[in-house]
Amino acid sequence: MSDRGLAHHLMIRENKPVAFSAGTLEKIQSLILRYPEGKQKSALLPILHIAQEESGGYLSVDLMDYVASLLDIQPIEVYEVATFYSMFYLHKTGKFVLEVCHTGPCAICGGEEILAYIQERLQIKTGETTPDGLFTLREVECLGACGNAPVMQVNTGFREHLNKEKIDHILDELRARANQEQTPDLKWAKKFC
Amino acid sequence: MGKKILLENLDVPGIRHFDTYRALGGYTSVEKALLEMSPSQVVQEVVKSGLRGRGGAGFSTGLKWSFLDRRTGKPRYLVCNADESEPGTFKDRFLMEHLPHRLIEGLILSAYALGVKTCYIYARGEFREIIGILEKAIQEAKNQGFLGEKILGTDYSLEIFVHPGAGAYICGEETALLESLEGKRGNPRIKPPFPAYKGLYGCPTVVNNVETLAAVGPIINMGGEAYARIGKGKSTGTKLISACGNINKPGVYEIEMGLPVEDFIYTEEFCGGIKNNKRLKAVIPGGSSVPVLPSELILRTASGQPRLMTFESLAEGDFASGSMMGSGGFIVFDEDACMVRNTWNLTRFYRHESCGQCSPCREGTAWMEKVLYRLEHGNGKMSDIDLLVNVAGNIEGNTICPLGDAAAWPVASAIRHFRKEFEYHVTHAEVVKNIHHGCLIPFSGDTGTQALTSIQYR
Repeated sequence: MSDRGLAHHLMIRENKPVAFSAGTLEKIQSLILRYPEGKQKSALLPILHIAQEESGGYLSVDLMDYVASLLDIQPIEVYEVATFYSMFYLHKTGKFVLEVCHTGPCAICGGEEILAYIQERLQIKTGETTPDGLFTLREVECLGACGNAPVMQVNTGFREHLNKEKIDHILDELRARANQEQTPDLKWAKKFC
Repeated sequence: MGKKILLENLDVPGIRHFDTYRALGGYTSVEKALLEMSPSQVVQEVVKSGLRGRGGAGFSTGLKWSFLDRRTGKPRYLVCNADESEPGTFKDRFLMEHLPHRLIEGLILSAYALGVKTCYIYARGEFREIIGILEKAIQEAKNQGFLGEKILGTDYSLEIFVHPGAGAYICGEETALLESLEGKRGNPRIKPPFPAYKGLYGCPTVVNNVETLAAVGPIINMGGEAYARIGKGKSTGTKLISACGNINKPGVYEIEMGLPVEDFIYTEEFCGGIKNNKRLKAVIPGGSSVPVLPSELILRTASGQPRLMTFESLAEGDFASGSMMGSGGFIVFDEDACMVRNTWNLTRFYRHESCGQCSPCREGTAWMEKVLYRLEHGNGKMSDIDLLVNVAGNIEGNTICPLGDAAAWPVASAIRHFRKEFEYHVTHAEVVKNIHHGCLIPFSGDTGTQALTSIQYR
């Protein structure tokens, strides 16, 4: 929490008009209907996941204001949620976000070495993005896959039983994928289910 | 001890799909309950089964259900806690990934028993794949008439929705989970009122763990009394244990309660012994929040009896020499583990996950992390050790939710059992400044009973 608390002022306002496609709005309406009448705010977390995916991987202030208008709530109600949960990004990320678990069980199985190795391979520190915009490296707390430690999350998928060779392979694979598929952006193409 | 109830048919290909699950007897409990039993009879069976919450607290499920306020005219809710985030715990993910219908079946029965018409599964946001699996299972059950309007032609209707979280450990605490489900920050609520009176949207609500709810199906099938005969004493039934750390076979195992811890660690059926033929140093038996125990106390209680996998046996000796069953996240450390480093690591986790509402937890976790960091990196003072005990003691019991306790217990227990190792970090600052100082020879593990038994099992 405290890390993110300091990050508030980094939220990005772009002053660009934001609007979802008709299909996305339909999906959002069906999400709102899952909750009782008048409790549409419950749909905020699922909608923020969609919003983040639809808009290149992070939540700008403009986007959060738009989500507030869709749910008929105050913008501050969206900001306070977006800054609380670690899966919402408030600034631009690379195409592939590598989130390496470094909590207890992963740490004793080599998670910290994996993190150090990726830093060395990509020549960036935790929290940074490679200059080519491909990789963002983050350290995260327990991903709930301790039996397959060390573990990292690449965008929404888990990569498990990591070692240095596997990291080499994964980085090569992701680079190759990025070269092959210029559009649409792989990371956010996968719709939230 | 190889009894499989929850994970029965785990290896059958296609068991994730409705047809296969149904063909092997799935959903018969729903037919039995809805067509032959009243809701209160279902509750009675769960009470008789002695089922206790599998999320960590071990509270009686039947009793929790009996607290639900049925007299208000408000709708009632059942919320499934699938926000599994306790370090070392991955059993719910495993169950939902492989046997999603086991959970859906249990949810229908529980919702029927509680008179609930809408049920939410709050799944942690990182479980993207699991959410997809659950939504598919719900759709399949709906297509077959086990969910939706007038289930099996009765007057009972039920809808189940999956709600994704977004990465916050605190949302596993039931009132924080409800706040999050209402679209807010996951700040735990002051209790009372308990969710049974004022839960989701101010309505009576029951929040149960995935594994707890999944156990309701087998209980209805076999009868509460038969279920209560499985296990040992007040720890009835089976328990999913997720084993990880320095062992040969990490994974999720279903054990009958009462299995000796030694058998669990050393037999081929379960963990298969310590990896690389190393010695056992310590175990955190119930997820990172519960006290860590050194090898001699995890294998035998202070009175010399074999320690068993039950709520009672793991807690025997209280915190002086015992621990807790917790969520069943079984973390094993070999002789190379540095307990100071591990305690620092876990404290960093709790500092990161503290919601910030209560000062003792918000400030205390950050303070402990700072002190542990300097101890681990060779900059500590001898007085730091008592300072940690003091801070941990002042967090414990002084916060709205149990995250404060969860942060304090690992620190207090590590110092209780491994104090010499903490002192060594002060007196041998130059040694511990090397990041790979894990193997501290004077503390490399016990050579007593467990060394003999490990040879015996190998």
